[in-house]
Amino acid sequence: MSRQRVYNGNELVSLAAMDAGCRFYAGYPITPSSEIMEVMSKEMPKVGGAFIQMEDEIASIGAAIGAAWTGVKSMTASSGPGISLKAEHIGFACITETPLVIVNIMRGGPSTGFPTATSQSDLMQARWGTHGDHPVIALVPGTATEMYYETIRAFNLAELYRTPVIILGDEMLGHLNTMLDLPDPSTLELVERKLAEPKPGEKYRPFAMDQGDVPPMGAFFRGYRFHLTGLNSNEYGYPTIDPDMIQAQQERMMNKIANHADEMEKNDTFNLDDADILTVAVGSTGSAAKQASKDMKADGSGRLGVFRPLTLWPFPEKELDALIGSGKFKGLFVPEANLGQLVIEVERINRGRLPIQTLQKVNGFPVTPGDIVERIKEVF
Amino acid sequence: MAPAAYINFEQYLRQDYRGLQWCPGCGDGAILQAFLRAVHELGISQDDMAVVSGIGCSGRISGYIDFNTMHTTHGRAISFATGIKLASPDKHVVVFGGDGDQTAIGGNHFIHACRRNINLTICVINNNVYGMTGGQYSPTTPHGMKTQTMPYGNYDQQFDVVNLAIGAGATYVARESVWKPVALTKFFKKGIQHNGVSVIEVVSNCHINLGRRNKMKSPHAVLDWIKGRTVSLAKAKNMSEEELEGKILVGEFVEKDKPEFTEQYYKLVESLKK
Repeated sequence: MSRQRVYNGNELVSLAAMDAGCRFYAGYPITPSSEIMEVMSKEMPKVGGAFIQMEDEIASIGAAIGAAWTGVKSMTASSGPGISLKAEHIGFACITETPLVIVNIMRGGPSTGFPTATSQSDLMQARWGTHGDHPVIALVPGTATEMYYETIRAFNLAELYRTPVIILGDEMLGHLNTMLDLPDPSTLELVERKLAEPKPGEKYRPFAMDQGDVPPMGAFFRGYRFHLTGLNSNEYGYPTIDPDMIQAQQERMMNKIANHADEMEKNDTFNLDDADILTVAVGSTGSAAKQASKDMKADGSGRLGVFRPLTLWPFPEKELDALIGSGKFKGLFVPEANLGQLVIEVERINRGRLPIQTLQKVNGFPVTPGDIVERIKEVF
Repeated sequence: MAPAAYINFEQYLRQDYRGLQWCPGCGDGAILQAFLRAVHELGISQDDMAVVSGIGCSGRISGYIDFNTMHTTHGRAISFATGIKLASPDKHVVVFGGDGDQTAIGGNHFIHACRRNINLTICVINNNVYGMTGGQYSPTTPHGMKTQTMPYGNYDQQFDVVNLAIGAGATYVARESVWKPVALTKFFKKGIQHNGVSVIEVVSNCHINLGRRNKMKSPHAVLDWIKGRTVSLAKAKNMSEEELEGKILVGEFVEKDKPEFTEQYYKLVESLKK
C-alpha cells in the first residue's frame, strides 16, 4: 500500500520512529513539536507499543530511559525550554549508556523566547546541554524528507553506540509540508542493539571494559539482574570511588563516540567543484544555502559552494579541515539562525586560514536564499 | 505475636556490592528488611521485580539488593519506574525514596503517579530531614525543629505525606513507623499486591542529622520520640482533637479499586487489534 501523501516534518519524525521500531514514547506538550506526540499517541497503541503523556519534560525522558532498559527502542521530543528541563536526564542517559532518541524542534530562545517561530539557537545546547563531560551525537536534517530519514539514522546510531542521539529539527522544518512516498519499512536498514546474553551464573557487566568500545546492552526481567546508577560506576554498574576506574570509564564513554566519529559522519556538498566561497551551514539554513548557490550560479553572480553536515556532533572536523586547506576558496561563509554558534566550530577548524563572514538571523524567520545572496554580495 | 520466621536474606542482598553506607542505627535497614520479608513471603521472583530509587540515603536501597535495579536522579525515580512499568506491565515495580526526594524535588512525579493510579509500589521513607546532604530541613520537618538551614527552628509549614497521596488519588495508602516492622511487612505485601498505585510512608529516624540537633543524639532517643508521636487509626477514633495535636496517625488509610493505568492502556491496544 502506497504511503504517498503530504506530510509535515514533525509527522515524518513520528512515522520514521515507528518504522525504525520505536515502541515507547513519552512526551509533554510543547510548541512547536507537539505534532510528534500527537502522531505517537495515535500510532503507538496500534502496534502494541507504549505511549504516555507525562506530567513534565523531565518525567517524559525519565520514562523513556526506564523503558529503554526493558529492551525497547524509545523516544521523546520537545523544544528549547523542554530540552533545558530534560538536560538532567540526558546526562543520566549518557552515563548509563542508554540508547534513546531525543528530538528538539528548535524555536527562538532563551527562555520562552518565540515559541511559534523557527531558530537554530540550540546547536551548542545539544553539545553541552547537560553538565559534565559527556558524549553526544546530534543530527540536523535540512528538509522535511530528511526529518524522516535522519530519524531512522538516529535510532540506528543510538542502538549501535548505546547512547542518546539528539535530532535538531526546527520549527520551519517541523511544519514544512512535503509530498513523500514513505518507504516500505521492511526495506529500511535497521540496527538492533547488541543484546547481552550472559551465560547462566555469569554476571552481566553493563559497563564492561573488555568488550569493545560499546558493551552489550542489558535488559531488565531477562533473568540476569544488574544495577544502574547515575553515579560514576564500575563495570557492574556499582558506584565506585576508584580513581582509575572512574578515569577509564569516563574515557571509554567519550571514546566510544570519538573513536567512531568517521562512521557517524554524513555531509551533503553542493556546487563545490567550481566554487570560490565555501558556505558551511546546517539544517534549513543549509537548504537555503544550496538554493542560493543554484541561483547565483544561474545568473552568474557568484560561485558559492555548500558544505552541509547532517551529523553536527561529532563535528566533521577532518572533512572541513581538508576543504579549507584545499586552497580553492577565498573565504568562508557561515549563515545560521542564531547569533553565532556553528561559526565557533568553523573558526576552531579554520585556525585563521581563511577570512570568515557570517549571516546571523534571530528574528524568528528562517534564513532564506535571498538573505544569503544579499549577504554574499555585501561581504565578498 | 509469634516471632517472624527466619529468612536468609543473603539471597536478596548483593554480596559483591561495596559496603553499606547507612549510619549505625539508621532506620533504612529495618525498613529494607521489612520489605524483603514481604517479597519473600509473597514468593515473588527477584527476576520479576524492578526496584527504582532516587537520591538520598534511602535511594541507596536499590544498589544493595539483588533485583533489576536503577538508582536514578534526585526526586525522579517515579518517572523511570513509570516507563519500566508501562513497558513491562506484568512485572512488579517498586520505588524507594525519602521525604525530600519524593515530596520536594520529586513532588510532581509523586502526585501524578497517585493520580494516574499506575501499579507502582511507592515507599516514602520519611525521616523529616535531608540526611545525606548534612541535615537541611525538608517539607516534612516538624515545626520548631532545628536543622542546618533552620538554625533558629523551623518556621515553615509541613506536608502530610498520607494526605498528599490521598488528595492526589492514590488507591492504597498506609503509614507505619520503623518501630513496627511486622506491620510494615504487612503493608508492603498489600501494597505490592494492590492493583494500582500504593503509597507506603514509613516514619523513620535520622539521629545523626536531625536528632542530634534536637536533643536526641541516639537512635533510641529518636525512636522514642517517634513512638510517642504515632497513634494508630483505631486508637485515634477515641481521642479528642487536642489529644491528637502533633500526633502522626498510622495504619491503612485507603484501599480502593480504581482503573489501573497500564491496564487501561493495554485494553486500548487490544481494542485496536481488529
